[in-house]
Amino acid sequence: MPGAIYAEGLVKTFGDVKALDGVDLDVPEGTVLGLLGPNGAGKTTTVRCLTTLLRPDRGRAVVAGVDVLKHPNDVRRSIGLSGQFAAVDEYLTGRENLQMVGRLYQMRAKAAKARAAELLEQFDLADAADRPAKTYSGGMRRRLDLAAALVVSPPVMFMDEPTTGLDPRNRQLLWDVIKRLVSGGTTLLLTTQYLEEADHLAHDIAVVDHGRVIARGTSDQLKARTGGERVEVVVHERDDMPAASEVLRGFGKGDTTVEEHMRKLTVPVTGGAKLLAEVIRELDTRGIEIDDIGLRRPTLDDVFLSLTGHVAEAKDASDEQEPGQKAAKEAAK
Amino acid sequence: MSAVTDAVPVNPPAHPVVQSVRDSLVIAKRNLIRMSRIPEMVIFGLIQPIMFVVLFSYVFGGSMNIGGTTDPSVYREFLMAGIFAQTVTFATAGAGAGIADDMHKGLIDRFRSLPMARGAVLTGRTLADLVQTALTVFVLAIVALLVGWRTHTSVGEVLAAFALLLLLGYAFTWVGALIGLSVRTPEAATSGGLIWLFPVTFISNAFVDSSRMTPWLQHVADWNPFSATVQACRKLFGNPGVSPSDAWPMVHPVWASLIYSVLIVLIFRTLAVRKYRSAAA
Ligand SMILES: Nc1ncnc2c1ncn2[C@@H]1O[C@H](COP(=O)(O)OP(=O)(O)O)[C@@H](O)[C@H]1O
Ligand SMILES: [Mg+2]
Repeated sequence: MPGAIYAEGLVKTFGDVKALDGVDLDVPEGTVLGLLGPNGAGKTTTVRCLTTLLRPDRGRAVVAGVDVLKHPNDVRRSIGLSGQFAAVDEYLTGRENLQMVGRLYQMRAKAAKARAAELLEQFDLADAADRPAKTYSGGMRRRLDLAAALVVSPPVMFMDEPTTGLDPRNRQLLWDVIKRLVSGGTTLLLTTQYLEEADHLAHDIAVVDHGRVIARGTSDQLKARTGGERVEVVVHERDDMPAASEVLRGFGKGDTTVEEHMRKLTVPVTGGAKLLAEVIRELDTRGIEIDDIGLRRPTLDDVFLSLTGHVAEAKDASDEQEPGQKAAKEAAK
Repeated sequence: MSAVTDAVPVNPPAHPVVQSVRDSLVIAKRNLIRMSRIPEMVIFGLIQPIMFVVLFSYVFGGSMNIGGTTDPSVYREFLMAGIFAQTVTFATAGAGAGIADDMHKGLIDRFRSLPMARGAVLTGRTLADLVQTALTVFVLAIVALLVGWRTHTSVGEVLAAFALLLLLGYAFTWVGALIGLSVRTPEAATSGGLIWLFPVTFISNAFVDSSRMTPWLQHVADWNPFSATVQACRKLFGNPGVSPSDAWPMVHPVWASLIYSVLIVLIFRTLAVRKYRSAAA
């Protein structure tokens, strides 16, 4: 039996750009799938196909047990969408935005009003509820957008890069909201450019590149493939390198890589910050002077490097821009 | 967050027509709230036609020959139907820009992901524009009365003329909706929504006596849907300068205006709703 979100062979071409080149997905009910990939990988196009906004050229999709291509309007009753850019009416207040969305989900006026008040409270927007959304910060808009997607507590949710462009505090706030949501049993498909985010929120991760899923698994499985965490040390004196290498061998879970000219040594580890502290203490005890030391966690780039042999392309900051700038940039291409 | 999983009371599935009306009103309300929060837009929408009334009637007033006379007060009475009609057509640009802006900001995506009636986003917008147009026409009528415009017919005929004007404006907002859905930016929708209005409103009987144009231009002017409404208004207001042309729309301007406007709504609503369904922001 297919999961709450199921896709098979989705293909979508824009002119001569193959945005989706046969995407297969299966998200069991009540779980979170992280769709991880660089800019232009096809994440948004996938979400748009699954949320009835875009008709794929080929393929099949079933969401909440309903065929997306055959009965799009029935799918719309069961989903919530928080798109890549906060889609709120900036001249309406937060409350008016949520009430409007409630009414358009066919809620009665009174119920929509009560639900809006409840969500504003939950999303920490009660104080700003009656101000036009124009006056909101980026983080507040994002929260309002997410609240709008949750008006009817849909069983299936889609979030397209919910935290891109947010500061750490707002990112954390949103992560908390998402975690609570998921603990309530919602099935969620979340796209992100950050391995850390997928790691934090998703049960399963599908890595996409050039419109195809190139790897899937839990975050541990993916990290294992990329070598997991590493400790990187840069020693001050070239002569100390053999001694440092010996220290690292004691802590490492694999071979130490040595870059002579940079006086840099790298070793895969498990144990995180605690282990890092021990390494530092041991180097100190032996009187090895260091210029730099750090714990390197695998990033999207590392995952990409190990899966494809090239780093994630086009992973620039353009997604943090306003949609207008992005559109202008795309038009200029 | 228990509320997330609670069932939320939703209306039982309604008859499609009922749902369509309900959703359109929700969207119309949203657009009216927006308009009330951007009063500059409404005010600029008012200043422009008022400026036209003043400029046309005082600058052109003495040199226009209407029905054999160049009396400025005759031109002023002649002019008003044209200005009213031009004013209602300018609502097109507002509708287009508003819808293009909604697309650009991702709001159309949000609406399209909701279980709402398909045409409601556009219908709601055009209804809100109709309210704004009515307000503009009302203020303009007061200004027109102040500069000396008068009607010479029954109240019923005058109201019928205003109804035809609003219907024409409503029809044109659907053209604007289609333009708004077809362009990439709100700026393009504003200029694209205005450019085509100039030939439509100037190759007509709105500002000059079309019987003095070269024959082929006169032919275009006589069959221009816009001219039909202007001619109908002049007739219903009892204002001078009714075209003596024997082209069918000029002989039966009230019917012609009604038929043209209804046809424009039917054609452009169909095209715009189809475009909306496949709109890709
Ligand atoms: N409406 C569109 N028209 C043309 N090309 C598009 C359109 N939408 C997306 N693309 C292209 O499809 C590819 C995938 O885009 P997208 O799904 O937005 O990627 P992501 O969300 O992973 O950054 C990109 O090359 C993008 O330029
Ligand atoms: Mg994207």
